[in-house]
Amino acid sequence: MRNLLLAGVAAAALTVFSGLSPSSAEEIKQGGSMTVTYKDDVSTLDPAIGYDWQNWSMIKSLFDGLMDYQPGTTELRPEIAESYEISEDGTVFTFKLRDGVKFHNGRALTAEDVKYSIERTVNPETQSPGAGFFGSIKGFEEASSGDADGLSGITVVDPHTIRFELSRPDATFLHVLALNFAHVVPKEEVEKYGADFGKHPVGSGAFKLSEWTLGQRLVFERFEDYWNAGVPKLDQIVFEVGQEPVVALLRLQNGEVDVPGDGIPPAKFIEVKNDPEFKDLIIQGGQLHTGYVTMNVTIAPFDKVEVRQAVNMAINKDRILRIINGRAVAANQPLPPSMPGYAADYKGYGHDPEAARKLLADAGLADGFDTELYVANTDPQPRIAQAIQQDLKAIGINAAIKSLAQANVIAAGGEKDQAPMIWSGGMAWIADFPDPSNFYGPILGCAGAVPGGWNWAWYCNADLDAKAAEADSMVDPDKAGEREAMWRDIYLKVMEDAPWAPVFNEERFTIRSGRIGGDDRLFVDPVHIPVHYDEVYAKDVQ
Amino acid sequence: MAAYIIRRLIQTALILLGISFVTFILLYLVPADPARQIAGRSATAETVENIREQLGLNLPFYEQYLRYLASLLQGDFGRSYLQKTEVSTLIAARLPASLLLMAGAIACELAFGLAMGIVAALRRGSHTDNALMITSFIGVSAPQFVIGILLLYVFAVKLGWFPIGGYGTFVHLVLPSVTLGFLGAGWYSRMMRSSLIDVLRQDYVRTARATGLSRAKVLFRHAMPNAILPIVAMIGIDIGLFMSGIVVVESVFGWPGIGQLAWQAIQRVDIPIIMGVTLVSACAIVLGNLLADLVTPLIDPRIKLR
Repeated sequence: MRNLLLAGVAAAALTVFSGLSPSSAEEIKQGGSMTVTYKDDVSTLDPAIGYDWQNWSMIKSLFDGLMDYQPGTTELRPEIAESYEISEDGTVFTFKLRDGVKFHNGRALTAEDVKYSIERTVNPETQSPGAGFFGSIKGFEEASSGDADGLSGITVVDPHTIRFELSRPDATFLHVLALNFAHVVPKEEVEKYGADFGKHPVGSGAFKLSEWTLGQRLVFERFEDYWNAGVPKLDQIVFEVGQEPVVALLRLQNGEVDVPGDGIPPAKFIEVKNDPEFKDLIIQGGQLHTGYVTMNVTIAPFDKVEVRQAVNMAINKDRILRIINGRAVAANQPLPPSMPGYAADYKGYGHDPEAARKLLADAGLADGFDTELYVANTDPQPRIAQAIQQDLKAIGINAAIKSLAQANVIAAGGEKDQAPMIWSGGMAWIADFPDPSNFYGPILGCAGAVPGGWNWAWYCNADLDAKAAEADSMVDPDKAGEREAMWRDIYLKVMEDAPWAPVFNEERFTIRSGRIGGDDRLFVDPVHIPVHYDEVYAKDVQ
Repeated sequence: MAAYIIRRLIQTALILLGISFVTFILLYLVPADPARQIAGRSATAETVENIREQLGLNLPFYEQYLRYLASLLQGDFGRSYLQKTEVSTLIAARLPASLLLMAGAIACELAFGLAMGIVAALRRGSHTDNALMITSFIGVSAPQFVIGILLLYVFAVKLGWFPIGGYGTFVHLVLPSVTLGFLGAGWYSRMMRSSLIDVLRQDYVRTARATGLSRAKVLFRHAMPNAILPIVAMIGIDIGLFMSGIVVVESVFGWPGIGQLAWQAIQRVDIPIIMGVTLVSACAIVLGNLLADLVTPLIDPRIKLR
């Protein structure tokens, strides 16, 4: 098997893919400015390091990688790669780079830069939170431990061709190359600024940084030499940081702000929804997020599957959705609905306290038991935990609520004998890339069930781990459907063992000012989170 | 005088040393692991371990503390774990905004506090007095975020007189300063009122009036310098109050000062920033007190520094 994807094909796909914007790309005039606010400061714009809500999409606009996604969707497409080939066994990926890709400093981007950038991320000196994603590239162990300088699996064939050799077939590898951690940085600028590169980012993206006043504002300006003509649509984006979401919303209503980056604050949600002037500007979008209760399978009585199933049946999800003003949809499985592999016809455990009590009795716990429910102490999490507490009380489980700072809950989850139950709200899993495997390894697989890991249920099923590895070795795009089915099956098996009680999938609610245009999906982009800055446009210059 | 200042400065250094130790040990005891915060949720155990090692977080407590002190003595506050920048750069970028806000707040609390106190003292027992004292009571008791949001709502959103948060021009400064200064104004008006009432009862005030001086002249030339004395001493102490107030006020108004920096760092266990801001604020508090002590003898020659 040999796969060849040419840019022409991608271009054709792009034109077919026209549901996105009412008018085609050529009709939208470039120009204008947009103001975006965030509550928290932008920590760094170094693609190897940035992993925040506010800098994720900014980095995507300043830098480019080999792969990206169709705007507003989870569909992969080549970015600075023109085409790619995957070997039959799925272990060799060869990319041809586009002509005319330039860094903001004017130098042409070459395959050497791609290699340098990924090796930099993996290098332990960089302290990148994303190093682990590149684990399938040959030579990763040596490079990540600092024993080798580079990755032996990356070869620069010529300035426009780069080859990756993997130690195992990896079906998620294209997604990995679309992560910020694989975005391309120019070596000379990294060396010039050293550890401060994150404050002086130079990339090859659609925008370049023109001003950064620490703690106040950042200004992005259109990169005139961007390889993708017609992108970005805006001339300038002004980011103002340190703005509370409530204040940002007031300023939007006052015409001073175009997009509140943190979305509509829950407290103002109903008010804005009922405001005739603004209700049509609200945008709702799914998130690759699931909120769940973990049950530590190594702590009695959660070692009994009946008990875990009983908890699943006890929780009244509809009531919890009311607590958060309906800003989510009820979940019955680990994957969120917008993720490939989601089992749409799966019913899950319904709300049935009667059956739950019976299951507890079957497990020999007819009189119930005492346990603890850990929760992060920021609103609305404790209120949700209280609802769960009442639901559990109804079937005889007395759960004491342990409300702690988020970092402390995470620490407790990473200890084998600490937290019997955790409500994941506020720290729940949001996928790094839109592939079903991303919800398994660290949070449900054996690899995550280690001290300091994220598998807070300490669930480790060797059979499922083997199945997961098998699914991830199915690189052939023709077998994508089969692979998806395998993953679906894995998650349904997980639900039989019920280490989690999935509760809801959060929806994002954001708003934009009337003067900013673009398809709604761009403002709740599943990958360019929270907003796809390159594609939205200013109506006042049209 | 010089000996006094030197002695006080040495005390200051010792106080700061103590504060650095207490803060460091508290942060050390927090169960959250900074290495994991930096590494993020997708990191492998090796990555976390490697980061811990690079930052020296695997060392015993005393060694970590001594390392920190050693670089601190060279003026190095360390690098932020998450922002990957020198803490001194971050603080330097935000300190002017906080100092400006404090200056604005001091101006507000003096203007409002003294005016309210004087009027209340001169009209003692009247309705005006009662109304002013109730206002000051509200100022002292109301949480600053409530006052901030109310002011923001009324004067920025409804009336549109001031911008809704932000930083840059004089008009941006007004609402945050009033919010921060309102608490102090409450205290000052009460102090000014009682202190002025005391002074106005003194014989020399009656004598001054008897010599034919005008009421205003007596008030401002003779009574005020004595009445204001306890307040001057308070301003220095206020800096400490401000340091806790700016965390709230800066976050309500989006004011880019060190309070906001501290708040964001605390949420993410960015220890070097928390340490840096704590020490800078502690320094400001101690120096504020020192300043207050140094100014008092200039106003009241009866007080001598020893």
